[in-house]
Amino acid sequence: MKLAVPAKAVPYLEVAPLAIVLFLFFVIPMAMIFAASFFDYDMTGIIPTFTFHSYIELFTQRTTLDLYLQTLKYALIVWAITLTLGFTIAYFLAFHIRNPLIAIGLLLVCTVPFWTSNIIRMIAWIPLLGKYGLFNRGLMAVGVVDQPVQWLLFSDFAVILAYVYLFTLFMIVPIFNSMARIDRSLIEAAIDGGAGRFRILTEVVIPLSKTGIALGSILVITLVMGDFFVVKIMSGGRSASVVMGVFEDVNLLFYPPAAASAVVLLIIVTLIVSLILRVVDVRKELTGER
Amino acid sequence: MAHVSDRRPWTFYVLAVIFTLFVLFLYGPMACIYILSFQGPNGGLTFPLDGVSLDWFGALLHQQRTGDIAGAFSRSVPLALVVLSLTVICSLAAGLAFRRRFVGAGLIFYIAIASLIAPGLVLSVGIGLGFQMLDIPPRWYSSALGAHLTWTLPFGLLIMFTIFSRLSRSYEEAARDLGATTWQTLRHVIIPIVLPGLFGVALFGFTLSYDEFPRSWLTVGPYNTLPLEIWAMTTNVTSPALYALGTVTTVISFFVIAAALSSIALIQSRRTRRRVTRERELQAGS
Repeated sequence: MKLAVPAKAVPYLEVAPLAIVLFLFFVIPMAMIFAASFFDYDMTGIIPTFTFHSYIELFTQRTTLDLYLQTLKYALIVWAITLTLGFTIAYFLAFHIRNPLIAIGLLLVCTVPFWTSNIIRMIAWIPLLGKYGLFNRGLMAVGVVDQPVQWLLFSDFAVILAYVYLFTLFMIVPIFNSMARIDRSLIEAAIDGGAGRFRILTEVVIPLSKTGIALGSILVITLVMGDFFVVKIMSGGRSASVVMGVFEDVNLLFYPPAAASAVVLLIIVTLIVSLILRVVDVRKELTGER
Repeated sequence: MAHVSDRRPWTFYVLAVIFTLFVLFLYGPMACIYILSFQGPNGGLTFPLDGVSLDWFGALLHQQRTGDIAGAFSRSVPLALVVLSLTVICSLAAGLAFRRRFVGAGLIFYIAIASLIAPGLVLSVGIGLGFQMLDIPPRWYSSALGAHLTWTLPFGLLIMFTIFSRLSRSYEEAARDLGATTWQTLRHVIIPIVLPGLFGVALFGFTLSYDEFPRSWLTVGPYNTLPLEIWAMTTNVTSPALYALGTVTTVISFFVIAAALSSIALIQSRRTRRRVTRERELQAGS
């Protein structure tokens, strides 16, 4: 089979399947949400008109700001924890394990739990953290506390713990990938130049792993900001997130306010991500263009 | 640094302890639910075990006690396999495209990033609305397939970027200089080199789809995929059957990973064997 395709057309044909899928299932649906945020609604369904009603309602409700601040708070705390933890573990695997095969093997050990359903992995904490769970039994047996500790489950602590548990891997893998590509002679040069452990870390390793740090940060922050089921289960209804608000609106068939809230969230997430991309040009780094 | 002197620095031991604790943190809760899934027939959701039984695994097979687990499996696995194939094909092709300059490359890259960062549930609402407006009933093999691809394709593309950034363009140029067509270059030069990376993309595509819940929410239609069935169970079922399901899904995931890893190993060993025989032939010929 011989197809006469001009060389110039080749990249367009190659990128077409991906572009078409993303256009049909991402660009158009997002445009639908944007349109729906200006529609009106009543008990029977959506009324296609043009109104700012949903936005006005969103911005005048007192709970809106709390909800967004709550979501941002979770994102910030989880980002700080997963970044520290993910960087430390990636650093250990990339620089302290001498055999690269063992390093990759240990990385696989970290990824195995990831193949189980997130919902199940989250629920796995309940028998540990509950009022009569393993931790409370242990604490009471040792005599640290007389009463079961209440804040272990159905609290901010439980929500953040579950996020860290579920999403740290998304930080480890990209950072490890960046670190594995750092030329080892650079570090030896730094040692020869008299740099201490800390200076090598801050002046060689961190700048050279910034692509991984940026990618990991984007993934973790957007996963937390887009979550609703961790907050729903682990906070036991005491806390909420923006997307959980969207979820509940849609369950009541209140599409326009859900869409308006989604649009505002998308704008915030896009701002955060473009801020990260401004600091690190991920595409340039990934494709190796200079 | 560890590799310069032979004695390990103190930081090694500190980091090793942190790593060990992290692995315990990862596996501890999972181990608990595996153990609790063998809970006796009268046992509850927490420790201690009240006898040991396989009752809760049996409960999974009875629809009235849990959900339609078997049916959900029969949809989730084929869906994940289709997502896997399309993700590998589309991200390989797009990855190749990005090795050259073309108009709109930046735009498509940023659309892919946007698709990666958009909350899954919001996307699900958008696709649900779109299908509703076009009067097409959403199904797991149409709308949910598309929804899953918006998540797996950007992932696949980013992985392809990292793979291709390590692949020198001179391989393709050499093949072309020797008169290979674009298709031959792809088939005999590029694909063999990036094959292990493609398995990585495939594994990602499978598990991201198999485990996808928010994007499936409004897009699967009347028949649930597995994560939706599990979600329904978390609110309806308060028995160790939930843990039994966790154990079963983990075992299935392990089979998938084992299949992927052993096929990589098989390809590698076949390659070495072929190279050895070819070298022998050359020696015998001379």
